[in-house]
Amino acid sequence: MSHIEVRDVSLVYDTPAGRVPGVQAANFDIEASEFLCLLGPSGCGKSTLLNIIAGFLSPTGGEIRIGGKAVTGHGLDRGVVFQDFAQLFPWRTALGNVTFGLEMKGVPKQEREEIALKQLQLVKLEKFANAYPHHLSGGMQQRVAIARALAYNPAVLLMDEPFAALDAFTRDDMQRLLAEVWRETRKTVIYVTHNVAEAVYLADRVVVMTPHPGTVKIEVPIRLPRPRDPLSVEFLEYQKELLRQLGPAATGQATNGKAND
Amino acid sequence: MASATAGAGGRLRAFALNAYPFVVVGALWEMVARLGIFPPRLFPPLEEVAAALVRLTVAGILPHHAYETLLRLFAGFAIAAVAGVAVGIAMGRSRRAEDIFLPLVSIGAPIPGVAYAPLFMLWFGLGSFSTILLVGFVSAFPIIFNTWTGVKAVKEIWVRSAQAMGADNRQLFRQVILPGALPYILTGLRLGVAQAWRILVVVEMLAAVPWGLGWLIFGAREFLNTDVMLAGIFVIGLIGLTLEKHVFARLERYTVVRWGMMAS
Ligand SMILES: Nc1ncnc2c1ncn2[C@@H]1O[C@H](COP(=O)(O)OP(=O)(O)OP(=O)(O)O)[C@@H](O)[C@H]1O
Ligand SMILES: [Mg+2]
Repeated sequence: MSHIEVRDVSLVYDTPAGRVPGVQAANFDIEASEFLCLLGPSGCGKSTLLNIIAGFLSPTGGEIRIGGKAVTGHGLDRGVVFQDFAQLFPWRTALGNVTFGLEMKGVPKQEREEIALKQLQLVKLEKFANAYPHHLSGGMQQRVAIARALAYNPAVLLMDEPFAALDAFTRDDMQRLLAEVWRETRKTVIYVTHNVAEAVYLADRVVVMTPHPGTVKIEVPIRLPRPRDPLSVEFLEYQKELLRQLGPAATGQATNGKAND
Repeated sequence: MASATAGAGGRLRAFALNAYPFVVVGALWEMVARLGIFPPRLFPPLEEVAAALVRLTVAGILPHHAYETLLRLFAGFAIAAVAGVAVGIAMGRSRRAEDIFLPLVSIGAPIPGVAYAPLFMLWFGLGSFSTILLVGFVSAFPIIFNTWTGVKAVKEIWVRSAQAMGADNRQLFRQVILPGALPYILTGLRLGVAQAWRILVVVEMLAAVPWGLGWLIFGAREFLNTDVMLAGIFVIGLIGLTLEKHVFARLERYTVVRWGMMAS
């Protein structure tokens, strides 16, 4: 049995202007400890799908099963990292943000701070434990968000373009760091992106989606040794393959390379 | 966090800024007094006002008036703060509470507080009790409005993050909604206390309370004690300024400004 099963998942948004399909009949599986990237052009339904898996939205058709059980809402088995830096609580320090989940669970103060400090070490921010988010750069804030989502030890990490708003240099660093964190924690990760190079760098497998109204087009396993070299011929071959799958209509939106995002 | 202006220079600057309005008003006052436009009895020079201030303070009369007024202020404001924040949060969180309260609040808010005074006195009698109720009632409006706005302005992504991390409704309220809405709530409280202060002094004149700064000023009129009136007005301004600068500004500095949710 796969860790997560996505079965015929559809969602239609009801808007004043009419019914808008968010995602259509998506089907795929994720193995435990697998790093899966959801790749697709803007507006194809990646965030919608991720929010359904997170339990924030209920699908209008199909279902998600985690460990064989149907998902009915959000739960501590899934940690979520959003694209928006503003996801951190500005009234809590970096440490206070990371302890939040443990605090909700009722873990005693000293214990939760020890755990949180370890998570901050993992993302190399232990020196900034007592800083408030507004004193941290965008990249640092996203690292805190990752530490925060890992702190209560969910089996699954759901990430929606967490680095898309960062500059190219910082994003490269973040991707390296995330690959390291994943190697150490072995979480099941679903990572949304519309950046082809990012997908090839991070993923065990890439689920490519069609343009809006989106569904799964094809799954591409990335069989490259880690850490990956973005300049190797094989890496570039995978990028070309993904771009071909995205199709000519998508190449304007989905980006190849890291400079023009 | 130490700012670059801390130290002797910064403190001097802060002092100058605080003293500035008093100096300007004092100078203008003195000028008019000396020009003799009004009889000195009605427009006494500063030293007489100062003398009255000292005399009344030493005799314990002014402190007693101020004390009674402050008690009413805090009692009324406490009612307004608790009720206002509660109603505002209910309106922000529940559609039904919004439908019920918003029309009522919208009608009540633009009416000047003093207009309610005769009604309150008929209902609750003259004296402290009705004064406190009226102050609470009137100053609740800005608190309700701002709290409501603040709760609506709490970012959805904070709520989602907290829920993803297992926060139940109570935790969500205490750990996210309240701090998330705090910049607005503080603004509301600040406006509320200013409102309370203004209405309180007026109502003290009408409600025939035995002590209070409003009463002191009103009573002094009968004997043409303009120096006493001015001493009273001075204390009112001083207390208002202290609340604003030292209570609320400090509260903001330690919370929302420190968190980067409001510019200093
Ligand atoms: N809250 C909403 N109400 C109505 N329609 C929505 C809503 N959210 C998304 N949609 C629509 O659903 C479709 C999928 O949106 P979604 O946000 O999932 O795309 P995405 O793949 O994440 O895009 P991007 O890469 O730009 O983030 C879009 O066509 C969008 O217009
Ligand atoms: Mg999206």
